[in-house]
Amino acid sequence: MSFFTFTFYVFSAILIFAALRVVTTRNPVHAALWLVLCFFTAAGVWLLLRAEFLAITLVLVYVGAVTVLFLFVVMMLDINFDSLRTSFRSYIPVGATVGLLVLLEMALVVIGSRVAADAAPPTPTGSNTSALGRLIYVDYVYPFEIAAVILLVAIIAAIALTHRKRRESKYQNPALQVKVRRQDRVRLLDMPTEKKE
Amino acid sequence: MLTAPTLAHYLVLGAILFAISMAGIFLNRKNVIIILMAIELMLLAVNLNFIAFSYYLGDMSGQVFVFFILTVAAAESAIGLAILVLLFRNAGSIDVEDLGKLKG
Repeated sequence: MSFFTFTFYVFSAILIFAALRVVTTRNPVHAALWLVLCFFTAAGVWLLLRAEFLAITLVLVYVGAVTVLFLFVVMMLDINFDSLRTSFRSYIPVGATVGLLVLLEMALVVIGSRVAADAAPPTPTGSNTSALGRLIYVDYVYPFEIAAVILLVAIIAAIALTHRKRRESKYQNPALQVKVRRQDRVRLLDMPTEKKE
Repeated sequence: MLTAPTLAHYLVLGAILFAISMAGIFLNRKNVIIILMAIELMLLAVNLNFIAFSYYLGDMSGQVFVFFILTVAAAESAIGLAILVLLFRNAGSIDVEDLGKLKG
């Protein structure tokens, strides 16, 4: 057994175990930490498939940003997590059945296909990052820009959803300031003048 | 004995990961946070399939698709967590049953 094979099986075992712990653990903080382990080992598997750039991206974006976001939200919300697990045991038969069915169907597809068995990997040449970059910036440049717009929309949506107006803070609303008219500010009084002697 | 990994090995690994997260969504029917994590795991399984096919068929386009899936998944989890915070602020819990209260 070569080192490559050994690494694949070790990473796969850790990945499956960590995924199982994510969905079965009692504490969501622990679930987020198991998710970190999942992403790390998945990045290892991706390295075995010569996808170096995406493996590093997975670690940076997912471990560095998304899971930290999950941890922030879990710790920020003061939730009684035990009450959310009251019906956990009653869902085990359904969940196991659906999971096994999905697994069975996918296994039938993989085992039944000839392509999967005897495809030999062509040896990649050159840098993975430069090849990916050439594809993204030449062939897929419009989808790439749409992806950037999607991220912008996500930023704006997340801020707009969670933004809360603070009542106690004093601030100017520029739109109202610009919109103001003379009639709103200046009041002309028509007073009778004093009588002359 | 353990054989050297082929394309089928990676596909089966992805299928197992997908099945686990599918079962996880059913197991944690009430906890939105764990459901979001299970969705992330599903996307990871899909990405694994993409990368395995990309490697074994010698086509880099699969990796570009993984790149886009990563982007959309990050956006999705950010908005999902924002909705979750909103749900907690309004309903005081993150039970899936309470999500109906957010309408309108």
